[in-house]
Amino acid sequence: MRSSRSRSGNWGDRLFGGASLGFALLILVLVAVLVGELAWNSRLALRAFGPAFLWSQNWDPVQELFGALPFIYGTLATSVVALLISIPLGLGTAIFLVELAPPRVSETISFLVELLAAIPSVIYGLVGLFVVVPWVRTAFCPSVSAALGWIPIFQASPYGVGIFTAGIILAVMIVPFITTVSREVLLMVPRSQREAALALGATHWEMVSTAILPYARSGIAGSIFLALARALGETMAVTMVIGNRPEIRASLFEPGYTMAAVLANEFSEATSDLHLHALIEIGLVLFVITIIVNGLARLLLLKLGRTTEGRS
Amino acid sequence: MSTPSEPVMPPRITPPAEEPRVEGAALAVEKLNAWFGSNHVVKDISISFPKHHVTALIGPSGCGKSTFIRCLNRMHEVVPGARVSGSVLLEGDNIYAEGVDPVRIRRRIGMVFQKPNPFPTMSIYDNVAAGLRLNGTNRVSVLDAAVEEGLHLAALWDEVKDKLRAPGTSLSGGQQQRLCIARALAVKPEILLMDEPCSALDPIATGKIEELIYQLRERYTVGIVTHNMQQAARVSSFTGFLLMGELVEFGATGKIFTNPKDSRTEAYITGRFG
Repeated sequence: MRSSRSRSGNWGDRLFGGASLGFALLILVLVAVLVGELAWNSRLALRAFGPAFLWSQNWDPVQELFGALPFIYGTLATSVVALLISIPLGLGTAIFLVELAPPRVSETISFLVELLAAIPSVIYGLVGLFVVVPWVRTAFCPSVSAALGWIPIFQASPYGVGIFTAGIILAVMIVPFITTVSREVLLMVPRSQREAALALGATHWEMVSTAILPYARSGIAGSIFLALARALGETMAVTMVIGNRPEIRASLFEPGYTMAAVLANEFSEATSDLHLHALIEIGLVLFVITIIVNGLARLLLLKLGRTTEGRS
Repeated sequence: MSTPSEPVMPPRITPPAEEPRVEGAALAVEKLNAWFGSNHVVKDISISFPKHHVTALIGPSGCGKSTFIRCLNRMHEVVPGARVSGSVLLEGDNIYAEGVDPVRIRRRIGMVFQKPNPFPTMSIYDNVAAGLRLNGTNRVSVLDAAVEEGLHLAALWDEVKDKLRAPGTSLSGGQQQRLCIARALAVKPEILLMDEPCSALDPIATGKIEELIYQLRERYTVGIVTHNMQQAARVSSFTGFLLMGELVEFGATGKIFTNPKDSRTEAYITGRFG
């Protein structure tokens, strides 16, 4: 009886193990198929332009000349601007919610911040178009370039749409990721760590900076990378406010283009095979860049995590 | 079980039989009450901690001894819903007087907690230097000297002097606790409070820390909370017995353990409850 039971248990284990393995492999297969499909469907462009596709600045469907650099630049630049704005905003909000706000206020604000993540991106695009674009055009850009115009990235531009505007919209969209995850991580810092700092005569802010933030740093870094991944791939809202001009200009206030935006805009209108294949190659590049960024994030987390190992 | 091995015992330090000499109180507590929400956990305790002596507070779990000692450097109030009344005089000044900054009090009265809590992202050196850096000391020579002195005082220097840059959490539990003691001592407090500093440690590490506490009384006034009566007997010159938030009896350690006045104290130290 015992043996029969253990055999049936083994059978169940095997079924369970096999199914889990199957699902796990399925994910890997899906990723492989995705890469394969993208590569196959971009073969004409891959053959025609080779690696120069990555650093060519030409994007001319009429003459069938395609280069991805303006889109790569646009994607990275908007994401960097978004992170520069959203990290202080999101992390500051998380610290406020955990350390300073009374419980009722904290709950309400947390809820509202999470709500930000639920707003459809086309709504962000509309708000961007009707509110942020005019504001950047008439108020922000003129005043900033009046003061800092001697720095190339802050040169004046009359458009309002552009890399910087897209960065602002993206920043608002990714703040909930940073705030929500960082808040959870900060809440998990043990009381003993807070008390260790307080007992040494730390003020509230010194406790946050010497004990809490260092303890939570790997989780905070994780929240930032989650937000970055979202920013790299965001399509709709960016397309609506970035200006969609495939050129690299020094000024952040000039229009640009991102990889996701050009895919969305031109895919349905691409008539020639080479144009279509070039667009799909951009998709492949976006995919690879996302994987590289995530890989770097993993490495950084490992490095940060090592010092917190063995904590009691 | 053919060769019974010698049990490992912490060093025996017998309390002196005669009354210890007292040169004034470092900390005088008057009618201290403390609450968590509506839960009255410390009731009307008045006690004084004599200078350059170790004073132990003993009592069964939940008697309020940890809460009481946390009131002495204003750590009680960091818990939401916590409340204190009464006064605690540090060199004659009430630390609960209006306008007193708890941060300044905590810089004068150090504290060591139940579980070792070094900062996990900091090296051994940075852990000990953390308090000084909070005080605005950044001169390398000053920090070096203070770190070495703190580690010497905590009897940890010889074990870590070659790996000051290693993470604080790479040490064993007992070493981590001594690191926390070094961290507390490096800022040169007047008083050191310890809240069951050995409860998470094995007997050998406990023995080392007890020896350390016994030596610290030469330079500091020490208050220690423990549920281990032998420990109180070994390290302290004065002992207070707390029960249900009240101070039942306070006196010279020798007297409390050999000739207690209150029958409840006697019942506790003879092991009849608690």
